[in-house]
Amino acid sequence: MIDVSPSLALLVLVGVMVGCGTVLVLERSLSRIVIGVSLITYGINVMVLMAGGRAGGPPIIGQTEVEEMADSLPQAMVLTAIVIGLALTAFMLAMAYRTWQLNGNDEVQDDREDRRIALAAARDAVDERATDDSGATLDEQAAIVFDETEDMPAIEGSDDKSERSQQRGGGAQ
Amino acid sequence: MNPDEWTWVLGIPVLVPFAGAALALLLARLPAAQRVVSLVTLTIVLLDAIFIGYLSLRGPFILDVGGWAAPVGITLVADRLSALMLMVSVFVTLCVLVYSFTQDLAENQRLPIAVFQPTFLILSAGVSNAFLTGDLFNLYVGFEILLVASFALITLGSTRERIRSGTVYVIVSVVSSAIFLIALAMVYAALGTVNMAQIAIRVSEIDQGTAQLIQVMLFVAFGVKAAIFPLHAWLPDSYPTAPAPVTAVFAGLLTKVGIYAIIRTQTTLFSNSNLNGVLQVFGLVTMVVGIMGAVAQDDIKRLLSFTLVSHIGFMLWGVGIGTVEGLTAAIFYTGHHIIVQTALFLVSGLMERVGGSTSLVKLGSLLKSWPLLGALFLIPAFNLAGIPPMSGFLGKLGLIEASVAVGRPLDWGLVAGGLLTSLLTLYALMRAWSMAFWQPSEDDEVSKPQVPWTMTGATIALVAASLGLTVFAGPIYAYARGGAIELRAQAPYVVAVLPDAERGTGQSHTEAAEEQDSPTTSPTPVVPPLGTPSSWSTPSPSSGGAP
Repeated sequence: MIDVSPSLALLVLVGVMVGCGTVLVLERSLSRIVIGVSLITYGINVMVLMAGGRAGGPPIIGQTEVEEMADSLPQAMVLTAIVIGLALTAFMLAMAYRTWQLNGNDEVQDDREDRRIALAAARDAVDERATDDSGATLDEQAAIVFDETEDMPAIEGSDDKSERSQQRGGGAQ
Repeated sequence: MNPDEWTWVLGIPVLVPFAGAALALLLARLPAAQRVVSLVTLTIVLLDAIFIGYLSLRGPFILDVGGWAAPVGITLVADRLSALMLMVSVFVTLCVLVYSFTQDLAENQRLPIAVFQPTFLILSAGVSNAFLTGDLFNLYVGFEILLVASFALITLGSTRERIRSGTVYVIVSVVSSAIFLIALAMVYAALGTVNMAQIAIRVSEIDQGTAQLIQVMLFVAFGVKAAIFPLHAWLPDSYPTAPAPVTAVFAGLLTKVGIYAIIRTQTTLFSNSNLNGVLQVFGLVTMVVGIMGAVAQDDIKRLLSFTLVSHIGFMLWGVGIGTVEGLTAAIFYTGHHIIVQTALFLVSGLMERVGGSTSLVKLGSLLKSWPLLGALFLIPAFNLAGIPPMSGFLGKLGLIEASVAVGRPLDWGLVAGGLLTSLLTLYALMRAWSMAFWQPSEDDEVSKPQVPWTMTGATIALVAASLGLTVFAGPIYAYARGGAIELRAQAPYVVAVLPDAERGTGQSHTEAAEEQDSPTTSPTPVVPPLGTPSSWSTPSPSSGGAP
């Protein structure tokens, strides 16, 4: 069995790579994010290798003493992870290129629909068709519902109650 | 029928879609042939999945891939949880595939349709692999297969809007995979294995702080995939811009793979977890925050995406209760939610087709123009909200009962949160209903739209399946309960994979030669397999064997 205590140098290497990668992933530019993701995955690959312990001889019976053999399982896993990382990097690069093609830059953009709803909420604006069938806004509806008082604000095209109810009835169809 | 003779059927859900994808890619110039290939492929897988479900009734059974013994080789395991997830997911995938056959008519013509079906099959293979694998690293590979396929699907056509939303999705997914990989390195360093059954045996032997760290890392990685608050923000941003069938299959399956992985982690790997309370808190917040988002939306696809996030909370709630009853309800709810959420997204695709938009402000008069669509929307909508006697109600009832039986303050909080969420779900969906179906449309022309029968038929099939889940709720719930008991007991799974708690049933060097020559012994000091394997049932050594 080979020594499995982790090497400090490798540990520092993993820390630096993953740390730098994290900073880059937080950037707006997609090409920096790609570099950041690559750094993170390579850092983690080193980490997986470390999980298998110190480097040893090739794990072939007859060639290396069992005590000197390297653990081959993390190596197999790292190979898989490297291949996956390669595919992901290629895809992200293609995506960055396409973004540049479409927008002239490769920045990751905000969710516009989300911002629209947030802004609408901030303005307290409700879309007309999102209210009710007569097309009245919430304020106007409130005025219609609570119409015991005579000095209610005049609503377009509905000066008396009968006309208002007509409008409501008509819209509900 | 002896399951040991039929273990090879476990390979089919992974292998056949890959073969089908290759064939479909070769037939790229013949769309009709491509459709036949995809359809036949997924039909074979569906039949196989049902067969696996039948075999799993007798307890978990395994396939040692390539005949290699368990901790060294990769194992595919089907217990009831895996089998149920597999059946539901393949059925949903098949329905969505049929729905997508006429996609080239519905969407703009520039879509690279030739890529769609092979990618779709690969997605199915990845999902099946994730459900069936008994190896944590293979689970990572399964995740990557389905993620890469989903990347291609979500940016289909690479229009400006899809690239924009796809970018966010890809980056978030890649980061979550990185977290998963870190967790895997930790698992291997601490336990010297990535085989789930062996992890289950060894985890009680290591420092509990380390074990908990690993568990939290896995939970974060899966939490991103499952879109749990506060890791959910990517989902409503990226899902709605994809084509309707893609969104539907993503909504149905991808988040549920995350939930499945969380259930596995909480039961098979870490059986005595002290994260249950944390899970419940996150479940509660996810439910409430998600549904608040849904209430604010006025685009049907975004609204549905937020309800998806919200209802992930219900599944976490069930897992977090920790009892067999809670787990049963969570499993049942997951199956129910896959079908219902997919059906709703397919209906939203039909609404887009008919009304020309997904914006609720623009849609209108749909009930007048196509009453059937109204029924197709209303049934899954009521089901999602949990109107009795539908399956959503049964799942929620199960969750509430399990919670009340435990009766801690947090459980009562979850009951309240769950009821509030159900009510708000109903509100959000009925708001969508009145805006899209009752409200007069802007242009007052009402015409019966031309919708291909495949789209309608697939949607009807899913809605019918959701009703079938209600009618056959008794047997299905009993099946889920059996799965939950299996998961809680933990031993059936471990014994199936590692009969003597050391080696699987396949061939490996250790079986042929003396122990100490094994080149694959773990680097950590070999821990004696604990968890009292001797008290587990001792299967005969001759049983099994590699096919």
